[in-house]
Amino acid sequence: MPDVLVLVDHDGERVHKSTYELLRAARRLGDPAAVVVGTPGTAARLRDALARHGARRVYAAESTEADEFLGTPAVDALERAVLDLAAEAASPAAVLVSATTAGTEVAGRLAARLDAGLLIDAVDLDPSGVATQIVFGGSCTVRSQVTHGIPVIALRPGSFEPEEHPVEAAELQLTLPPVDPAASARVTARRAAVAGDRPELTEAAVVVSGGRGVGGADGFKVVEELADALGGAVGASRAAVDAGYYPHRYQVGQTGKSVSPQLYIALGISGAIQHLAGMQTSRTIVAVNKDPEAPVLDLADYGVVGDLFAVAPRLTREVAARRSTG
Amino acid sequence: MNIVVLVKQVPDTGAERTLSEADHTLDRESADPVLDEINERAAEEALTLKETVGADVTVVSMGPDSALDAVRKVLAMGADRGIHISDDRLRGADVVTTARVLAAAVRTVDDVDLVLAGDATTDGQAGAVPAAVADLLRLPPLTHARELTVDAGRVRVERETESGETTLDAPLPALVSVTEKINEPRYPSFKGIMAAKKKPVRTVGLDDLFPDADTAGHLVTRTRVVEAVPRPARAAGIRVTDDGSAGRRLAEYLIAQKLV
Ligand SMILES: Cc1cc2nc3c(=O)[nH]c(=O)nc-3n(C[C@H](O)[C@H](O)[C@H](O)COP(=O)(O)OP(=O)(O)OC[C@H]3O[C@@H](n4cnc5c(N)ncnc54)[C@H](O)[C@@H]3O)c2cc1C
Repeated sequence: MPDVLVLVDHDGERVHKSTYELLRAARRLGDPAAVVVGTPGTAARLRDALARHGARRVYAAESTEADEFLGTPAVDALERAVLDLAAEAASPAAVLVSATTAGTEVAGRLAARLDAGLLIDAVDLDPSGVATQIVFGGSCTVRSQVTHGIPVIALRPGSFEPEEHPVEAAELQLTLPPVDPAASARVTARRAAVAGDRPELTEAAVVVSGGRGVGGADGFKVVEELADALGGAVGASRAAVDAGYYPHRYQVGQTGKSVSPQLYIALGISGAIQHLAGMQTSRTIVAVNKDPEAPVLDLADYGVVGDLFAVAPRLTREVAARRSTG
Repeated sequence: MNIVVLVKQVPDTGAERTLSEADHTLDRESADPVLDEINERAAEEALTLKETVGADVTVVSMGPDSALDAVRKVLAMGADRGIHISDDRLRGADVVTTARVLAAAVRTVDDVDLVLAGDATTDGQAGAVPAAVADLLRLPPLTHARELTVDAGRVRVERETESGETTLDAPLPALVSVTEKINEPRYPSFKGIMAAKKKPVRTVGLDDLFPDADTAGHLVTRTRVVEAVPRPARAAGIRVTDDGSAGRRLAEYLIAQKLV
């Protein structure tokens, strides 16, 4: 079976769930080969976890400056791995990355270098390499195939359920070229987004979002408390972001993040087409809105006409009670 | 300094978007094209730099005749000159081809210090194009900038994405893509609109940008749509009006659905 290269998302200590999803998808196409880009010693720390999810090879693409530059070390590592395999007449069946902001950029750069076909934000992948994408704000399903070069595919986080598949993993070294500082962006400061134990927006199984109806930054406490009771992430509409209630990186929609959690709860969000574009592929949608005419209620699996400040705290208490007894 | 702004026309986002029956590409004729909102902000950033540190701003747009309107709009906002990349063979261009063509157009401008672009277009290319253009030009990619500072031959941006905030720094020349939160774009003034009519716009095609390539060498896309189907619209499910019990009933629903 051909190798399928998987770019590992990690924080240096821990493999992100999105990577386990990629490994599962990769098994449909061939033997997963995980590429770990990080400072020396990272691959050794992550290897067991990767092997447990089916990685037969773990490439260590390590250097002391790997964390200091945006994207470039990852693009270099994947390009190197592809070229090395091609030189052994063992070209990979595909390169898989997570369709996060950073992952999508790595995919675009790699495809440009390799002159290869690129499929972004795939939600499914079949063994013949046909990827499914949901386009135009969720209104159309498209199945596409790469016809030139090694397929570079960015998979939307949450599209695959991780599955353990323990194998033996061989660790291989991949030498990174020195980063050219004139062609790279140096990361000089970093502030992580994930507050406390909340999952990342694009990876969360539950997303609770607030809109203009939340009325202010203080009101978002109600949104956060419900998210925390459900173990979910917090999202926001653009109107809420524009009004300064919540930071931009939590924006869901056409110009924000696309999410497809098991459960999406919209609090005080009207349901504009640009918001729906980012969440209408969610499994179950719940909406609380005091206006019975709000468009979001037309597509909610469970719609409540009412005041979010009455409904959400009550729901939070019920869920918390259920969690503590159940 | 010399700045190139990459802008794009997109179908109006409020309108419904469809795939053309014939070849499954975005049916651009079915919706009114407008200058992508995020690109206006990239242009605004360039024009702010023009006012504060002095710059010559070239606006580049690739697309059918209507893309010329995007170029004219940015000229009316205050840019100095335009390049319109127009070639029928570019219909349905993928990310890689788009990035190559844009990179080639940037190379036709002398001594470029800064390339500016929007960080995502609202019609589906998911933000990969600016990073790919930077890679092909071997420029540092400072993407998803919420704030941009140019000083002493360097550029610094505050980048904001779902995984957090970072500060990026690089020497010029560099490429910066901006988020929709970076500024409020100006409206072209009447004077600006009149002046734009006299500003130079160069129209170029693939043969101008790649004089050495044989025509057969122009790959337009490296992917093929196998199937495209409209998704059934979501239907409304249960609807309740809160009488004080909705929170509890909603909890029961979520428990029954095994979502809690
Ligand atoms: C190019 C473009 C891109 C865009 N991208 C995005 C995007 O990525 N994401 C996005 O979200 N939007 C986006 N928009 C904006 C979008 O069109 C809407 O303006 C926005 O989604 C509205 O946000 P909202 O629902 O929070 O606000 P509103 O539309 O003002 O709705 C607020 C809702 O709250 C309800 N409400 C008020 N008080 C309460 C209460 N106490 N309890 C319950 N309900 C209450 C009201 O009935 C109302 O329905 C974009 C627009 C454009 C043009």
